[in-house]
Formats: sequence, structure tokens, C-alpha cells
Amino acid sequence: MYCSSRPALLTVDHLSMRFGGLFAVNDLGFTAYGSEITAIIGPNGAGKTTLFNCLTGFYKPSVGRIALTAPGAPRFLLERMDGYRIARDARVARTFQNIRLFPGMSVLENLLVGQHTPLMRASRYSLAGLLGLRGYRLQERRSLDTARYWLDRTGLTAQADQPAGSLPYGSQRRLEIARAMCTEPALLCLDEPAAGLNPRESLDLNQLILDIRQEQGIGILLIEHDMSVVMTISDHVIVLDHGSLIADDDPAGVRCDPAVIRAYLGTAEDEDLPTEVAADLNRTAAGGRS
Amino acid sequence: MAAPSRSPSSSTSSPTPPGSALETVRQAPHGRILLDALAAGVLAALLALPILGFRLIEVTGGLALDYRFRLVGLAALGVFAGRILVLEARLALAAWRPAAARPETRRTFLGAYASRQSFGWILALLALILPWLPFADRNLIDKATLLLIYVMLGWGLNVVVGLAGLLDLGYVAFYAVGAYSYALLSQNFGLSFWVCLPLAGLLAAVFGMLLGFPVLRLRGDYLAIVTLGFGEIVRVILLNWQDVTGGPNGVSGIQRPSFFGHPFTATTPTGTTFHDLFGLPFSPDHRIIFLYYLSLTLALATNLVTLRIRRLPIGRAWEALREDEIACRSLGIDPTRTKLSAFATGAMFAGFAGSFFATRQGFISPESFSFLESAIILAIVVLGGLGSQIGIVLSAILLVGLPEWFRDLQQYRMLAFGGAMVLIMLWRPRGLMASRDPTVRLAAVPTSPGTGG
Amino acid sequence: MEYFTQQLINGISLGAIYALIAIGYTMVYGIIGMINFAHGEIYMIGAFISLIGFLLLGTFGITYIPLALIIVLVLAMLFTSIYGWAIERVAYRPLRGSVKLAPLISAIGMSIVLQNYVQISQGARVKPLPPLIQGGLTLFSDNGGYPVRLSYLQILIVVVTITLMAAFTYVIARTPLGRAQRATEQDMTMARLSGVNVDRIISLTFVMGAALAAVAGLMVTLYYGVIDFYIGFIAGIKAFTAAVLGGIGSLPGAMLGGLLIGLIEAFWSGYFPIGYKDVATFSILVLVLIFRPTGLLGRPEVEKV
Repeated sequence: MYCSSRPALLTVDHLSMRFGGLFAVNDLGFTAYGSEITAIIGPNGAGKTTLFNCLTGFYKPSVGRIALTAPGAPRFLLERMDGYRIARDARVARTFQNIRLFPGMSVLENLLVGQHTPLMRASRYSLAGLLGLRGYRLQERRSLDTARYWLDRTGLTAQADQPAGSLPYGSQRRLEIARAMCTEPALLCLDEPAAGLNPRESLDLNQLILDIRQEQGIGILLIEHDMSVVMTISDHVIVLDHGSLIADDDPAGVRCDPAVIRAYLGTAEDEDLPTEVAADLNRTAAGGRS
Repeated sequence: MAAPSRSPSSSTSSPTPPGSALETVRQAPHGRILLDALAAGVLAALLALPILGFRLIEVTGGLALDYRFRLVGLAALGVFAGRILVLEARLALAAWRPAAARPETRRTFLGAYASRQSFGWILALLALILPWLPFADRNLIDKATLLLIYVMLGWGLNVVVGLAGLLDLGYVAFYAVGAYSYALLSQNFGLSFWVCLPLAGLLAAVFGMLLGFPVLRLRGDYLAIVTLGFGEIVRVILLNWQDVTGGPNGVSGIQRPSFFGHPFTATTPTGTTFHDLFGLPFSPDHRIIFLYYLSLTLALATNLVTLRIRRLPIGRAWEALREDEIACRSLGIDPTRTKLSAFATGAMFAGFAGSFFATRQGFISPESFSFLESAIILAIVVLGGLGSQIGIVLSAILLVGLPEWFRDLQQYRMLAFGGAMVLIMLWRPRGLMASRDPTVRLAAVPTSPGTGG
Repeated sequence: MEYFTQQLINGISLGAIYALIAIGYTMVYGIIGMINFAHGEIYMIGAFISLIGFLLLGTFGITYIPLALIIVLVLAMLFTSIYGWAIERVAYRPLRGSVKLAPLISAIGMSIVLQNYVQISQGARVKPLPPLIQGGLTLFSDNGGYPVRLSYLQILIVVVTITLMAAFTYVIARTPLGRAQRATEQDMTMARLSGVNVDRIISLTFVMGAALAAVAGLMVTLYYGVIDFYIGFIAGIKAFTAAVLGGIGSLPGAMLGGLLIGLIEAFWSGYFPIGYKDVATFSILVLVLIFRPTGLLGRPEVEKV
């Protein structure tokens, strides 16, 4: 069980999500802490993305409670809220496994849509905006500055006026993160941000995620398949298998957890592993425990 | 029948599929073309045979048949010759222009931002001086007014379809609401046009929200059929609610517009007429010209407002919703409310256009608000290139203006209209002006914060 | 009770006709995801071809009604299918894979073209046909009340419809053609890679839809005895509504939807002001879509995030 000195940000209790007879997430409970990177790992079909969809309101969980307590904000029970409210009021931002940008709109516009809530508020149901009142213009200026900041941070300034759909894959991934950050989230959920990136881009991305945690002081949930990434940047690792929690520890602890190894590689008994692999496995497990 | 023609322009987005006409033409010389045209001719003959070849004529005691096989032969020959012409022309064109360079030339054609803006200004200027041009007569100005109504409707629907991506097949319902609001308010309560105009817009917008609320959660195609249904419902109610709407007879004797209280009549029992006010000799042209400028003002106002809204957060949210609704939700945008606002805004413009239509005609009936009108407006928006303001003007001229000229050929007018819709789509599936300009450019934004005021 | 039964009978016959048209919409929508707006006109052309066919047979002296019916049925299906095929080929195929709205606009244009083509070539006046199939059964009229009539024509309509539906369901469910169709519907690219001639399957879908619409056209000509160039529009909208009501893309859904629309119309006309019957139809559509957005028999969609 993982312990942290930091305040709890997200508390998930007895979360279950059922599709027909299948439990995609089964009685899951964990806590993610503020200013930490919490990695969620597990084999394909373990329920990671389903968990994200429950957290961000795209699915209504069958059972369970998801509580978010950000500093300086009231406590939100996410399982009861609509998706857009979770993003707007509870300030949970996310990216998607298969990138979801607004491909026909420019990079800069994507970042402005990310700041819809404050802009909309300042435009007062568009009336102030239509008349070009001062309050709206100031907010627009501020939003553009925020956008400029994130363009700079993600190295997309030069492409700001291009359609988002025309960017190369790696840039699209970064843009999606920048857009999510423009909502000024309390919790950022990244769904496989490194998928499809080359090693160099992947390294840059790790740095970006670390910087975000460092500078913005927000909690980050990260679904990731690349173990080296997980081990390098995360503070806390949650392992799912078949929708259930099988480990909840720091990276070093998870690395040598026998349940995790079994989930990833199968057991030596039922899978007829080559002897040297099995030996290797046992050695790792034993080494970890000592 | 329209000659079967397959356009190469559909290949701008995807490579030419093997086996398409263009491919056939490229690899194959004239023999293949002949075969292709022969097949098209035979097909045309088969199509024409049952409908064109026999004509049902009424005789005493029922129907009889008239044989017109000559027409079938003509149709087949026409299609055969037309097909040869089209394919040969395409062959010649393909040889003359390298195929690879084509998409680029297409994209830049009238697509450049600057040239398009100046084009818009030229159009606006032309519209402004139109009544004073030497060739402008009553008829032309009247038709230009009608055209402007369609441009305005196109710009209004563009908010719904072009920006928000909601397929509305019943837009004409809001147009009808606007027209009947004005007609009934002015007849029953004696309200003037300038009071009724905002009321009509408001009523149409409220109506849009009432209709939109239950259905905007539906997927695109369902939304299309439900809006189509609503359009029909409104028409049916107008037809049947005799006490209020006058049923199929409509509302007549609607108050004509006045120049801020000064009517465009030869004499008036109270106050002064327009020509007395300015010391002009009475002319019926005054009203026509006034109506023209009124419609131009309304249309330009619509344009201005929609252009401005597009740059506001709500406008960007509409476009974002069109691109990806799920991403929108993840950014805190309420999809239902945002769609509703697009629906209501579009409806409001239709309401304005409707009340102008009512005052221009002086008479309205449900006939003016059939599905065909919705189809025409939608066609204007889509042919214009979704979201393009100038494209909408061009396609309105093409679809409404040109056919108006051929009113004498009444019968063939709608045939040509439908044919044009198909052919333009085949020629340019993305519309006449397909490229989109961003609503904000980084280069145009000043860098230092806090200096605004 | 008698009145109710009579409306039930009328509603079922009308619903059968709508169902035949609705299948064309639902199949095309299922396979290429477009609303074939011109389908209503196809049905109208089917009606005209049937009428012309009857007159033509009359001039040849074929007056034996069952024979004439069969010949006209075959002719109408054949020629209407050619229309269906040609429209797909000319106006839709070049736009496949293009912007989503392009085929819809093209289809609306096609619908306008066909309507005016028939209007110009055949005239705008309503065309009457003397009733060919007369008589029927009178069910329980003995208690002095309202006589409930079940005409032979109504029996014919229902029998033909059920036969065709059964044949169709068999084709889709059991034959290689049906398998290819279902494969194309699920994943066009994958179907093509597996050797399905997708273009041909789509063409065939249009042909099948048109053939059924032609049958509907023939039935309507017989049933109402009058047709004009405008019948396709309203019937088309109603049939599409039926397809959506039943769950678009679903064959049994189209049948159920058609039947329901027919019944709603018949009962509304029987009990309420007839002018508002279309309002009733569309209102029920809206209600169904709000509470069951995929239609009655449509597959529920899981939103993919």
C-alpha cells in the first residue's frame, strides 16, 4: 500500500463499471495525491481507459464513489456529475488515447477552446463579447497569453496558425496536453501520451510532464505502457488486471511485486515458459524482495 | 436526364479510386471512351423508355397512352454525344495539365485570404450601388432583394450547419415563424415593422430553443429527420389552424413598410408620404429601392454579427463541437446548451428574414414555406462551402439568381435547379469556397500583456 | 369496435406499403450511411411505370388481371431498378468518401430532378386508374353496425409484402450476397480487402431498394387509384420516418416502423382531425427518438471515447 505525505487529491472507493455481464472495472479503490504523478498500468484490457472514462464522466460507474478534493476548492463527487461539469467545475482535464483535437481549427484556436469557461464567463452570454466590452477584451488578452505560454512550452509557437490536423503526430500529442493544461486543471489525466512517439519525442514528453507537476503543482494520472517511462517519472504506481487492483505502491515496489509480474508475463506453471525466462523471473522477484 | 458525369474533383481528398472514369480515360484512348458513351446511351434509353416514351393522356372515360419513342432516341443520342464530349474534354485536359499539380491549383483558386476579402468588399460595393447602375430596372432590383433574403437565410443557416455542424432540414419553419409573427402582430395589434422585426426574431429564436431542446442530443442524421419533421409540422399547422393563420389562403393585406412612418404611397390620409417628405415626384420605384436597401442592411447586419460571433468563445465552441463533441465535453463545454444557442441564433436570423419577406410580399401563405425552401437554403450553404460567407453569396446567385432569370421556362427551371445541385456537388463536393480561415492569428496578436484598454 | 377494426385493417395495408419503401432507406443507410433522399421519387416512378404498364397491357388486350398484375410487377421492378442503379452510379458513387453532406445534397438535387422530370414528361395533373381488383370480404356487419370490409386488394398488399419481406430476410441472412452486404455494412474497407466487390454490393443494394419501392408504387396505384408526380415526397419522408422509428439499418425495424406509421395514420385519421395526421406521425417519431434514440429495434450504440 502506497503512502504519501502530500494531501490526497482523488479518492476512488469501490468503483465498478459493468458492461452487460462483464466487469471492466471491479471494486477498485485507490488514492492519488496532489503534486504527484500517479501511473496506472496493466495489460491490455485491464480497465485503465474505462477508469479514466469513469473519472471524467464519459461513463457513469455502476457502483462506487470518486471524490476529488483540490486545494482551495470544495469536494466534488465525480460519479454524480456530467462530463462537462467535471471538466468545468471540478477541473479534471484529460487527453485521449487516440488523439481528439479539433483538426480543422488552428493550433491557437484549439488552445482558446480549452479556455472556453473563463472566456465565456467574461463574454456574458456573448453580449459583452459582441459589443467588444472591456472586460471581455481583457480576458481575451489573458487567454491569448496563456495560449502563448503553452505554445512556447510545447514548442508549437511556429505552427500556431496551422490547422491542428496538419501537425505531425508527436506535435498533436503535445498540443492535446497543452490544450488540457489551458483549462487550468487540478487533476490532469493523460491516456497513453507517449504512444506512437519516437524515443527522442518520448524523452521530451517525460520532461514536459515532470515540469508540469513541478511548476503547476497539480496531480497527474498517467496511463502508460512503456515501463521505462513509468519507472522514471512516476511517484506512485497503480496496477490493474482484469479490472481489479493488484498493486498500489511506489515504482520500486511495483517492479518486484509477484502479482504484477504474473499479470504481465503469466505464471510459470500455466504458461510453459522457457526455463531460462522462468529462472530470470524468479531471480527478479527474489531480488526485489530482499 | 442529366448526362452521367463523374467528376475528378472528388479526388482532392482521396486518390482516384481505380476503375473510376478518370482512370479509365487516362489509360485508355478513344475506343474506351466510345464504349463508355455507348453504355451511357443505352442506359439513357432504358431510363427514358418507360417515362419519356409513353405519355399518359386523359381521354373521356380514363387514360390513354401517347407514344413518343422519338424522345427516347433523342435522349439516348444526347447522352451518348454528351458523354463523348465530356470524356474527350477530360482526356485533353488531363494531357494538358499534369494531374499531380491539380489539387494545389484548386486550393489556391480564390482561396487566398486577401483576395477573398477584397472580393467581399467588391461584392458589397456592387450591392450598394446596384439600384443606380444604368441597367438596373425595377425587375432586377426586386430580384436582387429576393436574392438578398436567400443570402441572409444562407448566412443564418450557416451558423447551424456550417459552424455548429447540426444538419437542419427544417430551417424554413423558423422563416415561417418570423413571417407569420410579423403578419399577425401587425394585423392584430397594429405594430409597426420596426417593432415586429426584433419580436419576430425573438419568437423564432424561442421557437428554435423549444424545438431544439428535446432533439439536440440526437445523432446527426436523426436530427436531420426530426428537423425535417418539425418543418412539416409547422407547415401543416399553418395550413390547418384556420382561425389564426387563415389556412391555405394565408394572410393578405400585410402592412407594407414605411420610411419611419412615411408610407410609399401616392397619398396618405395622415401624415406625409415618402415622396412629399423629400419633395420628390411620386414613383412606385421608391418602395422597391427602399426594400432593396432594407434587405441589404439586414443581410449585412447578419453577416457582421455572424462574423463577429465566429470570433467569440461561443462561435469557437460551435466549431469545436462540429469537430469533436467528446473533446468539447472534456474541456468543460456543455454540448446541449452550446448547440441550443447555435440553433436559436440561426432561427433568429430566419425570423428576421421571415418578417422582411412578409412585409415585402404583403401576402404570405403556407405554400412559401415548403420543404423545397429548406432544401434550397441548405443547398446554398453546402454549395457555398460550409462556413464560408462569400461562398454562400456566390451559390445563392448561382442557385436562386440564375434560375430567376429563366422564369419564363417555368417548367424547366426546377429541373435545372436540381441538376445544378447534383453537378456542382460532383464538381466540388466541398463547396465553392472550401478553405477555412482561423478566427485568430498569433501573428496578429500583440505580445505585451496588460496594455489593452 | 367495428370502426376500430376497420382502421386496423386500413392501417396495416398502408403500413405494408410504407414498410416496403422504408426498407430501401434502411438498407442504403445501413450500408453507406447516407439518407437516399431520392428514394421517395423512385417509388413515385415505380407507380408511374406501373400505371403505364397497365395501360400498355390493355392496348395489347391482356385483360386477365392476375397475368397483368404479374407482368406489370416484373416490368415495374425491372425499370425502377434501373433508375435506382443509375442514380447511385451518377450522383452518389463519385461522392463516396467525400464530405458527409455532399451525397445528401446531391440526393436532394436528384430528388428535385426526378420530380420535375416526371412532371414535365407526364404533366402535373393527377392520374386516375379505374379499380382493377374489386370486391372483398365483409367481416361482422350483421349486428347492424358499421360494416368492416377487408378488400381483396388489402389482402393482396399484405400477402405480397409479407412474401417479399420473407424473401428479403432470407437473402440478407442466408445467401452469400447477403453476407457480403452485411460485411460491407460493418466495415467497408475490410470487406474490400476480403475480396468483396464493394461497388457491386452497393449498386445491388440500391437495385434491391428500388425494386421494393416499385412494388410499393404498384400497390399504391392499385390502392388509391390516383397518382401524381408529388406522391414520392410525402411517402418518402414517412417511410424514412418509419425506418428511423424502427431503428435505421435494421430490416425488421423498417417493417415494424412502417407498420406503426401506417397504423398511427389510419387511427389518427379515423378519430381526430385528418389535417393533423402528419403532425401525429412526426410527434411520435420525436418522442421515440428522445426516449429511445436508436429507434425501436436499433442496436444501442456505445459511445467510443
